[in-house]
Amino acid sequence: MRLGLVIDLDTCVGCHACAVACKQWNTSGTTGPLTDYRPYGADPSGVWFNRIRHYEVGDYPNSKTINFPMSCMHCEDADCVTVCPTGASYKRKEDGVVLVDQTKCMGCNYCSWACPYGARELDRESGTMKKCTLCIDRIYDETLAEIDRQPACVITCPAHARFFGDFDDPDSEVSRLVRERDGMQLMPELGYNPTNRYLPPRINTPIPTEDVRRDSLVGKVKEWVNKAVAR
Amino acid sequence: MHPALSVIFFTVVSGAGFGLYSLTAILQLFRLGPAMDRSELLSALITAFVLIVAGLISSTGHLANPKNAWRSFMRVKTSWLSREAVLAVIFFPFALLYLLGVYLYGAHVPVFFGLMGVIAIVLGFMTVFATGMIYACLKTMRQWNTPLVPANYLLMGLTLGALFHLAIEAYYGANLQFIIGVAGTALVMTGVMKGIYYFWIAKTSGPSINTATTFTRATVRLLDVGHTAGTFLTEEFGYRVEPGRLKLLKTAVFALGFILPLILIVVAGAADGGAFALTVFAVLSSLAGKGVERWLFFAEARHVVNLYHGAQHT
Repeated sequence: MRLGLVIDLDTCVGCHACAVACKQWNTSGTTGPLTDYRPYGADPSGVWFNRIRHYEVGDYPNSKTINFPMSCMHCEDADCVTVCPTGASYKRKEDGVVLVDQTKCMGCNYCSWACPYGARELDRESGTMKKCTLCIDRIYDETLAEIDRQPACVITCPAHARFFGDFDDPDSEVSRLVRERDGMQLMPELGYNPTNRYLPPRINTPIPTEDVRRDSLVGKVKEWVNKAVAR
Repeated sequence: MHPALSVIFFTVVSGAGFGLYSLTAILQLFRLGPAMDRSELLSALITAFVLIVAGLISSTGHLANPKNAWRSFMRVKTSWLSREAVLAVIFFPFALLYLLGVYLYGAHVPVFFGLMGVIAIVLGFMTVFATGMIYACLKTMRQWNTPLVPANYLLMGLTLGALFHLAIEAYYGANLQFIIGVAGTALVMTGVMKGIYYFWIAKTSGPSINTATTFTRATVRLLDVGHTAGTFLTEEFGYRVEPGRLKLLKTAVFALGFILPLILIVVAGAADGGAFALTVFAVLSSLAGKGVERWLFFAEARHVVNLYHGAQHT
């Protein structure tokens, strides 16, 4: 099994709901709490497993805003695991999920140096490294209904831009999406072979609007009345 | 990268200690240069121990959770940090046995103690190599991901070790010509190596904002980072030095680290008196230069995560 996420850059609206849901779930989860620093101060900061950035791709007028959620990619060749001197950072053989054993971590930051995706953040309160667990305490919780055994970010996404599943299973939704819509890896040249994939925006032909906008007689009257009333 | 003072102190000082230890043992065991007596050898070796231990203690200073530091010996198979920790610890029994041999028998140590010394020399070099590899193995920072880094760490350690050795010899009023030659050669070689390194990292290469976001056929610009204050990522990896200050600091690296010590030791060799004071100044100047060098080594390294925060290229 190789569990991971597929994120659709076409439908992500950049609402940060996944990040908030992640923080809410995991702050009381196996690696929580996720400390907030100066929560009511001028520059509140804290530990987040999931962060969303916003980019402009292309040049005006052919540009597009891309919202870019990023969490741990659960890499196949995870350097954060190989560089860890204590063995706190590990990749589960059975499902490929990368986790940090909070009882073993000494907070040397070395794994965060090795991670190109910024997926690991030191919790300055506990002195240990924290990272996305793929909601390990949720996806295996048999007391939950089958449909709820997914990461919090996936369940909460209002745009349905996130998918969770097994990439080793060719029939899973994530495998199908990657196949059909050219799921991409971030910085493949570094050789980490990240499991998480990103679906590029669909190429749509613009919907013609000239005929839609053509005014009918009723429309013209309405417009005239509106203007008259506004005066 | 955010430069942590404890790590800078550790790599410079313990590197110097391993260099001093190895160089002293090599000169004594292979009968190179003028013969040293028991007190000279003991002074050099004990100074080396003090430097190594001070460095190693300082290295725990950057840990956020030091109570788990003992676990850092657990992953020798994959982690260079673990290898370095193990090698540094294994070094001690062999190094102490050789020190005991010198203490008991002076310059003419029996074969057993000599053998321990040879093993300690190898372990010392391996430890410094492992320290360099901690940085060189990271693919996320192209300024570190080069064989020049461990080479630089080894040469820096040897150079500082040679200067310390020179100062100790000068204190005892020994014939300095040979060791000045060694230290001078080391200074020149290390300086050239550092120049090559700075030349090498000046060229941009590696991941760009385009491969980082998968949009390789268009320009990509950051609109918003999605957070209102600094985060762990911006604090740890977002450190930047102004280009003007960078040039000044690089000049300081060469001036204090290599050129001034070279002039001082050459003058110390030619002068009739005051050689000890001159060599101490050479050591201090070189330590300062190498402190700046190590600070720059961290401050100049560009982690690829900066791409997501607005950098177009690392």
